[in-house]
Order: sequence, then C-alpha cells, then structure tokens
Amino acid sequence: MNLLPSLQTVLDDLTQRFGPQMQPAHSPRPNELYLRAPVVLASALCSILYRKYQARLAGVFGEDARAEHNAFFVYYLYALDSAHGFVCVRVPVAPEKPELPSLTNAVPAVNWQEREVQDMFGLKLVGHPNPRRCALHDDWPEVYPLRKDFDLRTKLPPFHGERHKFRKVEGEGVFQVPVGPVHAGIIEPGHFLFSVAGEPVLYLQLRMFYVHKGTEKLFENLPIPHCVRLAESISGDSSFAHATAFCHAVERASEVEAPPRARALRTICLELERIYNHIADIGAICTDVAFVTAHMHAMRLKEHVLRANEQLTGNRLLRGMAALGGVRFDFDEERIRCLRTLLEFLEPEFNSLAELIRSHSGTRDRLETTGLLKPGVARDLGVVGVAGRASGFDHDLRRDFPHAFYDQVTFTVPVFTEGDVQRRMVVRREEVLQSISIIRQVLDKFPPGPIKTELERVPSDRVALGYVEGWRGEIFHWVHTAAENRLARCKIKDPSLQNWPALSEAILGNIIPDFPVVNKSFNLSYSGTDR
Amino acid sequence: MFDVLRKSLSTGVVTTPYPNLPPQVSRQARGKPEIDWSNWKDARPAAAVCPTGAIACSEQGRTRTVRFDLGFCIFCGLCADADPAIRMTNACELASRNRKHLIDSATYDLDVDGRQQRILEWRAGFKPETPEESGQALRAGIDRVLGRSLHIREVDAGSCNGCEIEIVGLNSPIYDLERFGVHFVASPRHADMLLVTGPVTRNMELALRKTYDAMPAPRLVVAVGACGCSGGIFGQNYATCGGVDQVIPVDVYIPGCPPNPHALSHGILLAVGRLPEKRGAGAQH
Repeated sequence: MNLLPSLQTVLDDLTQRFGPQMQPAHSPRPNELYLRAPVVLASALCSILYRKYQARLAGVFGEDARAEHNAFFVYYLYALDSAHGFVCVRVPVAPEKPELPSLTNAVPAVNWQEREVQDMFGLKLVGHPNPRRCALHDDWPEVYPLRKDFDLRTKLPPFHGERHKFRKVEGEGVFQVPVGPVHAGIIEPGHFLFSVAGEPVLYLQLRMFYVHKGTEKLFENLPIPHCVRLAESISGDSSFAHATAFCHAVERASEVEAPPRARALRTICLELERIYNHIADIGAICTDVAFVTAHMHAMRLKEHVLRANEQLTGNRLLRGMAALGGVRFDFDEERIRCLRTLLEFLEPEFNSLAELIRSHSGTRDRLETTGLLKPGVARDLGVVGVAGRASGFDHDLRRDFPHAFYDQVTFTVPVFTEGDVQRRMVVRREEVLQSISIIRQVLDKFPPGPIKTELERVPSDRVALGYVEGWRGEIFHWVHTAAENRLARCKIKDPSLQNWPALSEAILGNIIPDFPVVNKSFNLSYSGTDR
Repeated sequence: MFDVLRKSLSTGVVTTPYPNLPPQVSRQARGKPEIDWSNWKDARPAAAVCPTGAIACSEQGRTRTVRFDLGFCIFCGLCADADPAIRMTNACELASRNRKHLIDSATYDLDVDGRQQRILEWRAGFKPETPEESGQALRAGIDRVLGRSLHIREVDAGSCNGCEIEIVGLNSPIYDLERFGVHFVASPRHADMLLVTGPVTRNMELALRKTYDAMPAPRLVVAVGACGCSGGIFGQNYATCGGVDQVIPVDVYIPGCPPNPHALSHGILLAVGRLPEKRGAGAQH
C-alpha cells in the first residue's frame, strides 16, 4: 500500500485498537484509505477519528450490495484536513436486520445524511434524535429508491395532499409563518416554517427535497460519458465544479490523471465559476438590505463574466467544458487575450463596487451582527465553504487537498470568526480577488501539451472519491464502477446539504424581514441538496 | 450618496438594443445544432453520444427514421464532434408556441451496411419567428388585451437553478425586461404569465398546479429550458413527471440549457403575441 505517512499513522493507531475486528484495509490511492469494519464499530471508529484526529465526518451514504455481498453497505467518509487524506469506513448491514446505529448524537453534522440513507435504502436508524423522513416526503409510499430492486422508471401512485406534521411551537403571542415552496422571488423551492414571538424568530423548521429528481439513481442508469452532462445539471450554479468532481472521481477509479494543461484549464474555469457566483451573491445581499444600485452594478459585472465564459467555452455557465480525462476545449491565443481583458476590466470595477458597498454605512449597519453563526455551532454542524470560513472554520480543499492546478499557485484563504452576514460577504469579496490572482498565475504558468487523457473504458468494480472546492464549498463525488462503462453507485455530496441546518441556527433571534439576507448570505443550492 | 450617483452616471447606459438588433451572442456560443439532413450518412454515432436522447433513431427493415427534438437538446455539441453532418450554430431565438415545431425528423433508405442512402420523407418542425414580429406582437398584445403591463410569476418546479441564473439576468440593467412593461411579481394572483423551469418533480407537482389555479384568466404558461420543455436529461422517472406540459397546459416552449436571457426575452415576447386567442377561451373560467 502506497499510503500517505500521515494516514499510515492513523491506520496503525486504529489497527492497534481494533485490529482483530477489522478486515484488512486498502488504499487505492495515497490519500484515500478504506477500512472495513463491523457495524458495531461504527461509532467507536467515529469517536476516535472525530475527537482524536479532528476528522470531519464529511459524508454518510449507503449502497445496495445485496447481490454481491448479501448486505447493504454504509460508508462513513472522514476528511482529515491536517493529514491531507480521507478515511472511508465501510460497514455492512444485514438485509434480514436492516438497522443502523445513528451517529447524529455524537456528530450533529450527519443528521440529514443519515435520514437520507434511511429513506433511500430502508435502513432503520437506531438512536437518531429525529428519525422522521427527510429525503422522501411524508406522502410518499413505502419505497426505497436506491435499492437495486427499485426501477428508476417506477410509476408511483398519485399523491393525496399534504400530510407533513410540522413541529408545534406554543406560547402566549407565538405564531407561525409558513413560506414556500413557491417563493416571492426568483429562487428555488423549499418550505420554511417560522415560529415567532413578536418580531424575533424562535424556531425555523426547514423542509427541503422539493426538487428531488432521482439524480443518484439516474447515474446508475446512464453510460459514464453521459453522466458527465448529468453532473452539470446537479446544481446549475456549480455546473463545472460538479462535473469536474465527477470526472475526478472516474479518473481516480481508472488510475488516469488529467494532463497539466487540462488541470490548469479546470482551475481557470473553477475560479470563473467562483467569481460570477460570488459577485452575484454580493449584489443580492445588498439588494436584500435595499441597496439596489450595488446589486445592479454587480449584475452588470456578472454579465461580463458570463459572456466571457461563453467566448471561452461556448456556454455562459461553462457547460459542455468538462470531460473525462481533462477538458473539451483548449484556450487559444484569442481566448487567453479575452480572459486577460476580462480580468483587467474586472479588477478595478470590482474594487470600485466593493468600496461603494464598504462606504455605505446603512448596508453595513444591516449586515453586521445579523444572522450570527457562532464558530462552535458551525463546527458541530460541520458547516463548510464560505459560511464555514466566515465562522472560523479554516479549511479549503484547494489548499488542504490540492487538486487541479492548485498546488502550482499561491493564494490565501480568508477566515473570520464573527460569523455574521457581513463576514460571509467579506469572505466572498476576498475570494474574488484571490480568484483573479489565481487565474493570472495559471496563465503565467500555462503549461503546453494535450488537454485530455483518453479514457475509453472505465475498469469495473473500482471505488474512488473525486473532490473539488466549488465556490460554495467542498463537493464530493464518490463512484463505484460497474461493468460496461457504467456505475453501480454514485454519491453526490453538495456543500448545501451540510449547511442548511446552520441556517436554522443563524436566523434565531433575528427578525423575519432579515431572513432573505441571511438566507442569501449562505446561498445554498436546493437542487444540490435534493438531487 | 454622491459616490453612488457618480458611479451610476459614469457607467452610462448598458442595456442591450435587443430585440431591435440581433442578440449579442458570441461566435463561440453553442446554440441550435444544424443538421445537414440530405447528406446525413449515419445518424447512429450522433444518437449514441447524445446524453438526452434529443437525437434518436428507430429502424424498420431497410429504413431508418431519425428524429431530432430540440426540446431535449442541451446544446452540448457532442453530436457535432461525432458527426460531420452536424454543425453547432449560435442561434438562440428558438422559442416556439407548438411543441411539435421543435421536432424535425426524416426517414431514410438504408444500404447493406446500414448507412443512410437517401431521404424518403422529411418532416420539418422548426419555424423561427423574427424578433421584430414578436416585439410588435407584444406591443399589440399588451395594448389591445390587457391595456396594462405584463406580470410574470416564476416557478421553479424542479430545475437545477441554471435557468434561474438566466431569468434573474432579465432584471439586470443589461437585459432590463421592465423596459417592455414586463414585471416579475411575488404572487400568482397578480400574474398574467407563469414562467416555469425544471422537469416537474413529484414533490412540486401539487404546488405547480395550485400556483396555476391561483392565477386569474387569461393566463399564459411558458416552459423554460430543456427540462421544462421535455424533462431534459432527467426525463420521466420515479421522482419527476417530465416536462411542464405533463402537468399544466403550456403556451410557449423555450429550448436551451439554460436559455440565455436573449432567448428568454424572445420566448416571453412571443408568448404575449398569443394573448388575444387565449383570452377568448380563458374568459369562460
């Protein structure tokens, strides 16, 4: 095994403690360690990794392996930022006793993910504090869509109205305000139930998964090349990041690496995606506190980036650019000139916009101390990405797990501990400037050569993790390949799924009219969550 | 305060002259694929690489019927990479009032190797409408029927939020749909038009129906994007119903993945031209 020394230390420690109970570990790649343990060890392993090694439990997901192993597998994916490696613990669950001990009490961050495993595979959670349905709504029949004996095209009986039981909040002067799934603005659907006493919010109950589209199941039904295009439609604002994470996973499973020029191009596109989304968010935060002029300028700058995206890749959202083994289109001299022109235009314009916002005391007054997410809460909920960095959680896959071309460029990761809307906006502002610098560095070091490694057929029965730091936070795609260029399982982990519960915490004590700006400061993807 | 004013004045007017001038789309943009139907020798490789089934072949004896459905197309251009008979254009004004107009098909005679020899029958679907016509139709429609501006309610019934990014762009100073008297409103009760994105998910079906029912007649429905037109890459499965017309009647389809703001403006303008016909039928509600 060619394992990273830092992971070897962890493995040695765990082997010493639990050796006889575990099957031999394997590490298909130096930073990816797989442990196979009985289900009773799940919480003990979690305890050691979470407490001793400060690992983040980044993902919990299931797989139906009854045909080959007569068991369901549940995977616990730990990210060890300081060790720069991933540990994936696989536990079998017997079909005749489909029960799973819940880790939510120890690690609140996995609350929704565990319930999703319960809904999708029919594995009952034991000891979960709130084991109600999450991914499938209450009016769904008893079906387990990610089991292999469930067909993708199954026609389910029609619904008979809404039967969801919302949690009651009672007391003198307490009332409830239901909002959604169809909202007043042009945003995605979700349901928010606010319980308020006077103005301040006492409790916010979220109900998501309105746009569940069976995406993970669909991945199992398409040939792998088509899956790249499907990955672009997991969350439209992260089209390139998701597709690249997927390609990264398949490349790792196939033991193929994208050539340097492709990795440079991926880095450029990932940063362009970050720039246009961050600019749009900064503008939208301003408009939610009635500073519409700033929003208009932000939309104008965003349009410049989208048009540059179109000139560079043929699509405004960078769709069609990602490819297995690299990227689809090279940047010729004309495109590089176009990109440099964009950056030269954008940097002073963006700085001027940032200064306009900074000098506007009314905006600042509304944003500071609004929507507080304390670092301790953020850590418990495993909040990632922009929101995590604004609440003192210092991690970034670009730095801690360098992918694409990120090991060849220098940049800083902005981190604040205040955790309010203002800091979530400032993280974005700093990141836009870093992104501009990253793209310039990549262009200065632009390696020549091919943009794609041929990847005709993907070997079967391999597992691999692909990862990308998208603009919103870390994106994971975990694949298990099957024969004939298909997948047995593809787990998609969008950062939104991780961050939604934090929104419920951040809004407490704020007034409902501030909810839009707090929500926007997280700007989570409903589609990425619901899939 | 003065900084804000100074910045706005120094920025000047940035709004697109569309629809009075053609859309400002770059040469590199991938829009509608153009197929050389009469010289197409073998549609199978293109059909094999098409991720959404927009290009589909069916064979019967010594003939092959090839269908190209723009409603499914995500403009990825993989077919053009695989097949010299297909070329990507940057055409984006693709909205149509009739779902069938998005579908072209041809039946070919085959040789022994399964290659297409000649066209036996060709059925064209697509008929582009000029922006000038649509712009006039908009003015005429609003003046004659509503005597007021057009109000739009947007509903995401399951999209990936790609279409929302472009719809939000309609309110930017670049596209500024308000210059036509078109507003996005917060409630379906205030709306004349429903702009719907996404394959309609099982979980959004009821909400979409309720939103539609809440609108006063006459009402228009515009389906946005490949998913809205047909279900797109998601199609129909246990969690989605497919295109918007599977759930509520649709007046205009806007293909694209996502359609850019020019394409969206075009579709909305096109839809308003139809309001008079709709009003006769809708008034009975």
